[in-house]
Amino acid sequence: MEENVKKEKGKFRQMLDDFGLPRLIITGFLILLLVVAPFVGADLPTQISNIISRFSWNGVLVLAMVPMVHSGCGLNFGLPLGIISGLLGATLSIELGFTGGFSFFMAAVLATPFALVFGTVYGWLLNKIKGGEMMIATYVGFSSVSLMCMMWLILPYHSPNMVWGMAGKGLRTTISLEGYYTQALAKILQIRIGKLVIPTGALLFFALLAFLMWAFLHTKTGTAMTAVGSNPTFARAAGINVDKIRLLSVVMSTWLAAIGILVYEQGFGFVQLYMAPFYMALPAVSAILIGGASVNKASITNVIIGTILFQGIVTMTPTVMNNMIHTDMSEVIRIIASNGMILYALTRRTEGAKK
Amino acid sequence: MNNPGTPLLEMRNIKKNFFGNQVLTDINLTLREGEVIGLVGENGAGKSTLMRILFGADMIRETGGYGGDILINGQKVQFNSPFEAIEAGIGMVHQEFSLIPGFAAKENILLNREPKKPNLASRIFSDRLDTLNQNEIDEGAETAIEKMGVHIDKNMVISDMPVGHKQFTEIARELSKDQLKILILDEPTAVLTEKEAEALLESIRGMAERGIAVIFITHRLQEILAVCDRVVVMRDGYIVNESAAKDTNVKEITRWMVGREIRSETESSKTEDNHADAKTILEIRRLWVDMPGEIVRNVNLDVREGEILGIGGLAGQGKLGIPNGIMGLYEAGGQVRFDGQDIPLNNPRKCLDSSFAFVSEDRRGVGLLLDESLEWNIAFPAMQIQNKFLKEYFGGLIKWRDEKAIEEITKQYIDELAIKCTSSKQKAKELSGGNQQKVCLAKAFALHPKLLFVSEPTRGIDVGAKALVLDALKRFNRENGVTVVMVSSELEELRQTCDRIAIVSGGKIAGILPASESLENFGALMLSQVK
Repeated sequence: MEENVKKEKGKFRQMLDDFGLPRLIITGFLILLLVVAPFVGADLPTQISNIISRFSWNGVLVLAMVPMVHSGCGLNFGLPLGIISGLLGATLSIELGFTGGFSFFMAAVLATPFALVFGTVYGWLLNKIKGGEMMIATYVGFSSVSLMCMMWLILPYHSPNMVWGMAGKGLRTTISLEGYYTQALAKILQIRIGKLVIPTGALLFFALLAFLMWAFLHTKTGTAMTAVGSNPTFARAAGINVDKIRLLSVVMSTWLAAIGILVYEQGFGFVQLYMAPFYMALPAVSAILIGGASVNKASITNVIIGTILFQGIVTMTPTVMNNMIHTDMSEVIRIIASNGMILYALTRRTEGAKK
Repeated sequence: MNNPGTPLLEMRNIKKNFFGNQVLTDINLTLREGEVIGLVGENGAGKSTLMRILFGADMIRETGGYGGDILINGQKVQFNSPFEAIEAGIGMVHQEFSLIPGFAAKENILLNREPKKPNLASRIFSDRLDTLNQNEIDEGAETAIEKMGVHIDKNMVISDMPVGHKQFTEIARELSKDQLKILILDEPTAVLTEKEAEALLESIRGMAERGIAVIFITHRLQEILAVCDRVVVMRDGYIVNESAAKDTNVKEITRWMVGREIRSETESSKTEDNHADAKTILEIRRLWVDMPGEIVRNVNLDVREGEILGIGGLAGQGKLGIPNGIMGLYEAGGQVRFDGQDIPLNNPRKCLDSSFAFVSEDRRGVGLLLDESLEWNIAFPAMQIQNKFLKEYFGGLIKWRDEKAIEEITKQYIDELAIKCTSSKQKAKELSGGNQQKVCLAKAFALHPKLLFVSEPTRGIDVGAKALVLDALKRFNRENGVTVVMVSSELEELRQTCDRIAIVSGGKIAGILPASESLENFGALMLSQVK
């Protein structure tokens, strides 16, 4: 009997170790915020809806981290490159006059060739600088955003919904998706229980992509990808073309980022151009790290847990704090909370790698 | 200066073990003023470790220190760092250069001991701000180079120098130290041309005349006989023989180096060559491989079907380069024909497709996915190369990992090779070295190769595991008729396992002998082309 208890305790201990103390603290903090929320006057169902919908916006962007982590290219700090492909798809779809839910589909289709081309070039570059991928990726992200800042002005877009009203050319910083694909996925099978809103379609879309990713990692090529990340020399000795697999992972990551930003936009309701892609990489990186991934190991579970925790903290902290101190500091607190999370997550990175 | 009865250096009962692995046992060594002794032995005999102890290397202290006493001029000393050893008059020239590439020779020679003159700033603050006295540096370097007796340009920057001159710069640096009494030269001639080596030997004689004692480590036995007063032969951590250089010869030294109790060994070695009439299955012609530290220059070798061919030789002579080059892991050229078909080089995939398999000497670096399960490690190459352990859907469009088949094959090999593990899902990095090696073998066996290269299969594993690994290899060869090419630095192991043994020396095959051949002949081949 006693032995059984001990065994159970050991098992519990094991589970605790697997889950990790920091993640436990974050989860605890999130639960605490949820418990406190009603007492300080924040509406709980709304808050939960918020977390769920933010999860549905960001899930695919976090999922985009997985292939490159598996192939040993590290965390994709070059996410903005994929996001830019998505933005090109989105703006082209609007420019060509597609509307409604169909414009989402067309945006995805139009973004794909850009993602493939950009991803290939980006992957080729990363193959030239093995060992320093994350640093180079960061700068690829930076410079592609800057280049596109010019391109958004120069490219010959004409749709009156997108260009500056006075000049009649050059894209606006924020483009409303009203009449296009705002809530395109979220509206499908949407569930409303009082104030609780569940964007079923967007969640299902994420689930589909996550399932495909999981399935891919169970195929021959997916297995090779994991092996390349685990020990490239071993993979090479087993006849794997390491560079090709790495390239494939980068292309996959870039494409997922392109689709991810479209999903994000349909939830958010706006296309954000210029410097916006700049700020998308770090939250995604942080989410997957908080989810328990390390620099060369990441699972779908890491993606889901990480996104919920990260988005949960980021949405809940400002609301609860605001209600407690009765001043509107939400933006300040949101920045402190999200950057704090990013900082924390990046310190976790080395620990994961050491294991 | 000191009592002529006391030797300059005396090492008494020196012992050293690395994590329970005894590498030096009861070493006694004496050295007199102006004496030159040659220290020889196979790789791993313990020469370098012994010298590191004498030089007070950090690595010795970090691994638990040593046993026994070192006496200099009859006084017991204990060096806690190389600096203390240098202080006591010991100089060492390492196998790897420790020079600053961007500095000129003279600056390297007098590094951190530069003559200085005070200036205003140093008077106010500290002598660390003194100006360097360039003239005296020139002079100091000049004297040291003169003492050495080989001329090198003191103003030449190290990175522009040929290797030989770098070596001489190191020696000059040691000679420039006034307190120098004992100079250790660890394989100084390995990188020198014949002429330079000659000059070095001349300079060693000059040093000895000035009263400096020299410990000279080399694989070139002729040099030892030419310059040394005494030869000390080490083997497996023991000093097995010590004799005056003039009383011995190369053949004798070789036998001391490699020979164990010769009789008992021959019994266990294979005596007959069973595959003498088998057809040649692998032809290697004019193979060169650019593997750092193991360069293969020109190898011609025939392997017969169904045999176990051993490849032996000293470290750095190129034996490891042969399998690594053929398998495409390092750049290679030449011609390799297997079973009548040309095998393209520099393409690991083509070799694997031709049913080659390779167990690398670099277990952790090349051989294993340390962070993955045993299942992955064992099944991975077979899955990727031969599409085994896969379920196909949609007419082969989707190739799904068959976890069940993978688990089965892994369990089968765990039983067959007696791999000690908690389950087939355990991570490879958690196993001991011997068991990891068995996983590497299992990985190669799962490919069902026609030709298996095994490189240093017993490196770093204990005696019990060694026997198991070698038995597994022999069984695999016998039962499946697989041709095995085994590379090992342990001659004994090769003689016990192989049918024939090719000895590599200087990047070429020096000769092929049956396993039953006498150790002296193997030894002679090993050293024949050493340059």
